[in-house]
Amino acid sequence: MTASLRPDLAVIAGHVAAGARVLDIGCGDGALMAALRDERGVDARGLEIDAANVAAAVGRGLPVVQGDADRDLAGYPDKSFDYAILSQTLQTCRAPDHVLDELLRIGRRAFVSFPNFAHWRVRLSLLVGGRMPVTGLLPEQWYDTPNIHHVTIDDFRAFVRERQVTVEGAWFLSRRRLRGAAGANLLAEHAVFLLRR
Amino acid sequence: MDDQRFGLARKVTLPGLLRLDGGGTLSGVEIAYETHGQLAPDGGNAILICHALTMDQHVGSVHPRTGKPGWWAAMVGPGKPIDTDTHCVICSNVIGSCMGSTGPGSIDPSTGQPYAMTFPVITIRDMVRAQAMLLDHLGIATLKAVVGGSMGGMQALSWPATFPERVRSVVVIASTARHTAQNIAFHEVGRQAVMADPKWRGGDYYRHDDPPAAGLAVARMAAHITYLSEAGLTEKFGRKLQARQAKGFGFDADFQVESYLRHQGLSFVDRFDANSYLYITRAMDYFDLAEEHGGLLANAFRQSAARFCLVSFDTDWLYPTIESRHIVHALNAAGRAASFVELSSPYGHDAFLLDAPEMNRVVEGFLRGGA
Repeated sequence: MTASLRPDLAVIAGHVAAGARVLDIGCGDGALMAALRDERGVDARGLEIDAANVAAAVGRGLPVVQGDADRDLAGYPDKSFDYAILSQTLQTCRAPDHVLDELLRIGRRAFVSFPNFAHWRVRLSLLVGGRMPVTGLLPEQWYDTPNIHHVTIDDFRAFVRERQVTVEGAWFLSRRRLRGAAGANLLAEHAVFLLRR
Repeated sequence: MDDQRFGLARKVTLPGLLRLDGGGTLSGVEIAYETHGQLAPDGGNAILICHALTMDQHVGSVHPRTGKPGWWAAMVGPGKPIDTDTHCVICSNVIGSCMGSTGPGSIDPSTGQPYAMTFPVITIRDMVRAQAMLLDHLGIATLKAVVGGSMGGMQALSWPATFPERVRSVVVIASTARHTAQNIAFHEVGRQAVMADPKWRGGDYYRHDDPPAAGLAVARMAAHITYLSEAGLTEKFGRKLQARQAKGFGFDADFQVESYLRHQGLSFVDRFDANSYLYITRAMDYFDLAEEHGGLLANAFRQSAARFCLVSFDTDWLYPTIESRHIVHALNAAGRAASFVELSSPYGHDAFLLDAPEMNRVVEGFLRGGA
């Protein structure tokens, strides 16, 4: 199942327990939810900001509500899901710190994945070119990118440490493959963290 | 089909009493309805469609008075999103209405005269209770889905709250869990227009064969504006003049939008009863699903395991997206499986009655997901 998923989603899918209750925040067209439902019997619910994505997800029978992670999480009860998932969405939130708090309130555990802004290609673009990087990972120009809070792996590590959040797992990806934690802040394009409070 | 309970132009007299939220009862309640498609042997493919304020049971059949196709023919039929090849679709005229179900124009068995204003004030939940009695008559224990837009959405929301075990999925389109002050205000304008017409005669106009058409037409004109969007009106009419080159400096329908509204008002009175308009708008104004459940909307959904699908339209200012979002938040709080999308349309509230491919896709996918 996981072969067709985006790499960070494949990592998450591989670590969600069968039969779990999952809230996928920023679920896109529901690819991860569908895989979790079909292959693992997971009760997956989704939140997505883009209407066309929501229509596609609901059209495949998934319970997805159109909404905004910054605004529409308050109604979910405490610990109402085994996992809350925030994939490639943290950097688009207006208040990522608040969204992370909500994630850890709603879910017993939380998966967070994000593109690493300290990857060497990004650094090189800024250092040599003097321009905001436009890469395969960050394909938009500075003026139309949804990514308003760029974050690096080391930033995120410091952030969860300060907030006394427990890291239960961390995975680093470059060129669609897992790599070790050593030098990840320079060499990994994506990071996936499994968190608990 | 041999079973006379199913088909077009059906009518049943409900056995026993219908107990009403207002404290009274109705006996000998008649329900006019139609069905499409074959009920599965286990009854598991039944879908109830609930109609809006001035609609009726003719969801998929030609209207006997207007000659127009069913009001949701784009949504309901063979191969349509609500597919009558695989489902048994039921649509009944709500109580209080005037298309065959018991309402203020019906004869009160205790007097032999039309009820008129002696008809009890009814609620959305009363309509739903009558629908449940119709399902008893049809031998349907549990609905695969209840589907409704606008006032039909209010009934759809009331279903899992009133009969938690009897419905597995709920589709609510362009609707709300309560009428706001603005909603009530517009309805009150319409009611006062009817009541200000001398021909209304305190509601007792049936024997005169001269109903308060002018008042009802004005009510319809005011309401119709709320079903459209400003952008839609501008696109359709702008300031264009009606069949003339220059302004007439009088009070004829100079503008196309005036002519259009007058036509809407006049054609409405041919097919609708003024007292039914009063009673049904009252039922909508009284609707506040949270109030019926201790003031907390989430409580309305705690007893039912149903899945929910909500759709709103971005130009609908009658029941704007924020109302659907309130419902979604309550469903999340109650732990229910919910789907919700705001679709883009220039047509305002009426968008749900038009052929909207994205709405069709969402409804079809949602219903398939519950198979």
